[in-house]
Parts: sequence; structure tokens; C-alpha cells
Amino acid sequence: MGNSIVSLQHVEKWFGSNHVVKDMNLEIEEGEFLTLLGPSGCGKTTTLRMIAGFEDATSGTIEVQGERVEEKEPFQRDVNTVFQNYSLFPHMTVYDNVAYGPMIRKVPKDEIKKRVTEMLELVQMSGYEKRKPDALSGGQKQRVAIARALINNPRVLLLDEPLGALDLKLRKQMQIELKRLQRKLDITFVYVTHDQEEAMTMSDRIAVMRDGVILQIGKPTDIYDHPRTKFVADFIGESNVFEGTVSRAAGGLLTVETPQGVVTTCGEGFQPGEKLYVSIRPEFVSIGPAASESFSLPAKVKDFIYMGAVTKTSLDLADGKEIKLSRFEADSAVHEGDGVFVSWDPARSVAIKAEEVQQ
Amino acid sequence: MTETAPPAARKKKRGSSLPRLAQAGPVSVWMVLFVTIPMLFIIYISFMTRNTFGGIEYKFSLTSYKTLLDAIYFVVIAKSLKVALVTTLLCLLLGYPFAYYIARKPPQVASKLIMLIMIPFWTNSLMRLNAWMLLFQTNGPVNNALLSLGWISQPHKFIYTDWLVMVGLITNMLPFAVLPMYSSIEKLQNSLLEASADLGARPSVTFRKVTLPLTFPGIFSAIILTFIPALGIYTVTDMLGGGKVLYIGNIIKNQFGVIRNWPLGAALSVLLLLITALLIFIYTRFARIEDMEVV
Repeated sequence: MGNSIVSLQHVEKWFGSNHVVKDMNLEIEEGEFLTLLGPSGCGKTTTLRMIAGFEDATSGTIEVQGERVEEKEPFQRDVNTVFQNYSLFPHMTVYDNVAYGPMIRKVPKDEIKKRVTEMLELVQMSGYEKRKPDALSGGQKQRVAIARALINNPRVLLLDEPLGALDLKLRKQMQIELKRLQRKLDITFVYVTHDQEEAMTMSDRIAVMRDGVILQIGKPTDIYDHPRTKFVADFIGESNVFEGTVSRAAGGLLTVETPQGVVTTCGEGFQPGEKLYVSIRPEFVSIGPAASESFSLPAKVKDFIYMGAVTKTSLDLADGKEIKLSRFEADSAVHEGDGVFVSWDPARSVAIKAEEVQQ
Repeated sequence: MTETAPPAARKKKRGSSLPRLAQAGPVSVWMVLFVTIPMLFIIYISFMTRNTFGGIEYKFSLTSYKTLLDAIYFVVIAKSLKVALVTTLLCLLLGYPFAYYIARKPPQVASKLIMLIMIPFWTNSLMRLNAWMLLFQTNGPVNNALLSLGWISQPHKFIYTDWLVMVGLITNMLPFAVLPMYSSIEKLQNSLLEASADLGARPSVTFRKVTLPLTFPGIFSAIILTFIPALGIYTVTDMLGGGKVLYIGNIIKNQFGVIRNWPLGAALSVLLLLITALLIFIYTRFARIEDMEVV
């Protein structure tokens, strides 16, 4: 583990009677791409704004590069921000926008020119120096905004849903570019998004937030494969979640009684009688014409959705609960309305404590 | 191929401009009836001769314009310009912080604060002026208060001074300064100020480099909306100045109403009109540039 470059300790934020960020503890490591991921209103943007200095933490400490910054104004902090709506100065040209930071710091003119040229090259916007922001497309504006934020050589770049306003294709392209840029410059990115796919694509680590709390933080694969709460299982990728009670626990294998039938899953630390959730990803659900040995739930095929690379199948379980599975190839032997049996490898499903673990 | 394209484009443009003219139709009729014709009439009169009984003799003459070259008119115009300019500047200095303050409040609070400026504005201006007169009379509340505080030994003469005229003008004009600046500042995105701070600019630098240039259209509207009326207004100067201090507005009013030299009054009006037109010309140049810059 590297050194932490941004550190939040017991940070609280209240807006009036609204508790937006609750006892936040977060260590952001030097050079990592960390994403704060969560639905709107989860406090992710507020957290970012507290690091930038646009919001004051109600209590707690925030350190950037080992220095306490809570008392510092935004213009005194050595972090830079890429805003959601670009926030380019409309009365300035692309050149003047990018040159703004060094101009404020009274860097010599020819030095500014050199750096602006470098930055515009970096974001592939050379030749647009004289344009006004109005004459740029959304993607171009965002590139300029990134250049403007990077020109002061920040060690930490804060990005507040920078791709939110772009169309899907451009967004995907920019995701990859941003990731490459971060690798190339070797600086820390703190990225805020509500788009879990975006978070998975770009991040070294993801902090999943809800209601002002980080529910889980870890590598994308950890979070995907081992969600620790029902919310995380639901929010990151698709998940089929069953509510049930442990009827038998032996050797890391749990037998769970659910309203839909008995299922088995792997899971440690559960007692018989304990309530829990069982989460299984659609890609790990199998269907077959006959009941399997371990467990299987009778289901009826509802419909198929062809998504190009994968085909998603919805099935109705006995009590009407829907379960989804996805396959690379459509199973030609299964048709709408067919009765089938659903099962999965217990090692692939995740047992989640009923009371959500709060980190 | 390329040669046929421009005519096609021109044709399309002509086609789309027709309904626009039709839309402007009623407005242009109104403008011609109530603005253009009276103005042309004023210009026409200014080149006529005054007859002995204070009427107009329809005989071409440049007498009125020659009279304008008289030094006394130069002094009056210079003084009127100065008072209008100072009024405008003070309105901007008082109005901008106020407009900024309102604009940064949540909408419900902002609309209440706007009401606070609008209520006196809706009060009859003569009543407001009378109120100022009463307040600042020789034995009015202000003098009495200052006397009882021992700050002055004998009543100070406030009324019929440039000073009180200025107070009257500012209170009259302030809403016209605040409202356009408010709407300009309100449009200013907070994130632009944050971006500026984020890039290392202290608040004073952000104000100079971002806030001020982006709210300039509002400032310029405020200048136009205060300077032009302040230059031509005669009720304030008449009442609070007591007709003793002369301003261009009073002279025009007197030429038409009291002295009955309509051609001279008209010539003075034309002069006022030219000053106004020049300002509006400058304004439209600025506004056009700013429109492109400010979304």
C-alpha cells in the first residue's frame, strides 16, 4: 500500500438539519484512481467539495499531502477540480481559460505559453486556442476543462461527474482517455460518479456511498465479487437478491430457506436461524430442464432480451419473484413459457448479513 | 455546384425574414405612431422660427441652434452631464453590492428583497419628492435632529441644493440600476467563481477577472437606464432644486411651458436625443459582443 495523499478523518457535514456526510474516514493513496460512487444525494459530491474547499466540514480533519486543509480557502489548496458543467469562463478563449491558473500565479508569459501549448496537446485540443467555449462541443469543453485543471500540476485532481453531460459513446471514449491520462501523469484522481459502469471501467478503487456513509471500499473486482451489503450488490452490476433464513451452516456452506425455495450458498460467520440475503449475479445463474442434485428452484421463462454481446433472460420463480440470467449465447433449447429449474454454484453466490454492515 | 449554393441560401434567408417582419408589424406601427412621428416633429420644429406670441412660425431658421452655442447652455449641459454622471456612478456603487447580495440569496428571499426596492418605486414620484422636501426643510426633522444633537448651531439649508437634487435623483434611479445588474449577476454561475478560486484566485481577483466582466452587460444596462433619465428628468431638479439650479431638463420644460420658445426647446431636445443616441449606440456595440460571450 502506498502513502495516503488525501486523508479524511471523522469528517461530518450537516446542511442545516440534513446530515449529508457521516463520520467519513477515507485514505486516498498517492497515484490511485479512486471513485466515490453512489446514487444522487449520497454525499459523494459534498465529500469532493470538502476536499476542494468549496464546503466546510462541520467537524473532522482533512489532510492533503500531510497538511491540514480544513481552514484553508479553495484558492490556497493545491488540488484542482474538473467541474460537472465544465465551468469554463465564457468570456475567455480556450487559451485564456487554460492559462488562467498560471496567470493568477504570475508565471512569466512565455512560460505560460509553453505550458498551455503542452496542456492542449495533452488533451488533443491544439489549434483551438482562439475559440470561445461556446464554439466547442461538450467533449471539447471537457478536454479544455481538464487541461485548465491540470496546468497547475496538482498532485490530486478532483473530478465531479465530468462526463455526465456527454453522450454514451463519447463518454466511453473519454473514460478510457481519462484513465490513460491519469496513468501517464501519475497523479491521484478522485472521481465522483453515479454510474457504476464508469466506476468499474476507470477506478483502481471504488468507495460505494449511500446516505453519507461509505458502505464498501475496494478494488472493482472485490466489490463486484464480494459485495458486503445488499445495496452494494444491487448497485454494482445486476444482482438477484434473495431474502432468507439460514437453516444449516456447515463447512462454509449455508442452506438457506427463502420464500422461493431452499438454496445453498457459501458464506462464513452465519448461525442457523440468522436472517440474510443471498446475492447471485445473472451470469452465474444456470437453468436446466431437470432439478439438479444440490438445489433448484422451479421457474418459468418469461422473456429474452437480446443485448448484442449477451442475451438476458427473465424467469418467474414459483411465487412470482423475477430472476435474471445473462448468457453470451442464447440457449436455443429454451423458449418463452418453458418450465425450467434454476440453480447456481454456491461458491458463486454471496451471503450478505441482513443488517447492513456499515464500515 | 458551389455556384448554385449561395443563391439558394439567400433565397432561404429572404423567405424566413418575411414572417419576422410581419411579426414586427404591429410593433413598428406603434413605434412609428408614438415615437418616430413625434420625434421627427420635434426635429422639424427645432429648425423653425418662434413668433412673437410664443407660437411657431413655419419658416426655416437656424436661430435655435445658434442660441445653443451660447456659453450659458454649454455650462448647463456640462453641469447636467456631471450631475447625471455622478448620479449614475453612485447608483452603480450603491446598486452593485445590493444587486449582488440579492442575487446570491435563494429565490424566495431574493423576490422579497426586490419588492423592497420596487415599493418606493411604485409610490408616486411627486409624493416621494415632497417627502424629501419635508424631511430636509429648514425646520424639518433632519435639521431639528441635528440641532438637538448639537451637531449644528443653526438650521442647515439642504433644499434647493445640488446635494439634495443628487439624493432625489439617486433614490429615483436606484431601481433602474439594481434590476438589470441583479438579473446579470443572478445568471452568473457559482461554479465559475469556484473554478476561479480552485485555480488559485483570491476573491478580489475572481471579482475582477470573472464576476465583473461577466456581469458587464447588466452594468451597462444600468448605466443607460440611470444616465439617460437622470440627464433629462426635470421633476426632481424642479422640486428639490427649486428651479434655482438649472439643468437641461428644466430648461427644455421651461422653453416649452413657460418661456414658450418651442424651437429652442426642440433644439435642446434634439441635443439631448443625440447624446442619448450616442450612448445607446455604444451600448449596442458592447451588448453584441457580450451576448456572444455570455450564454
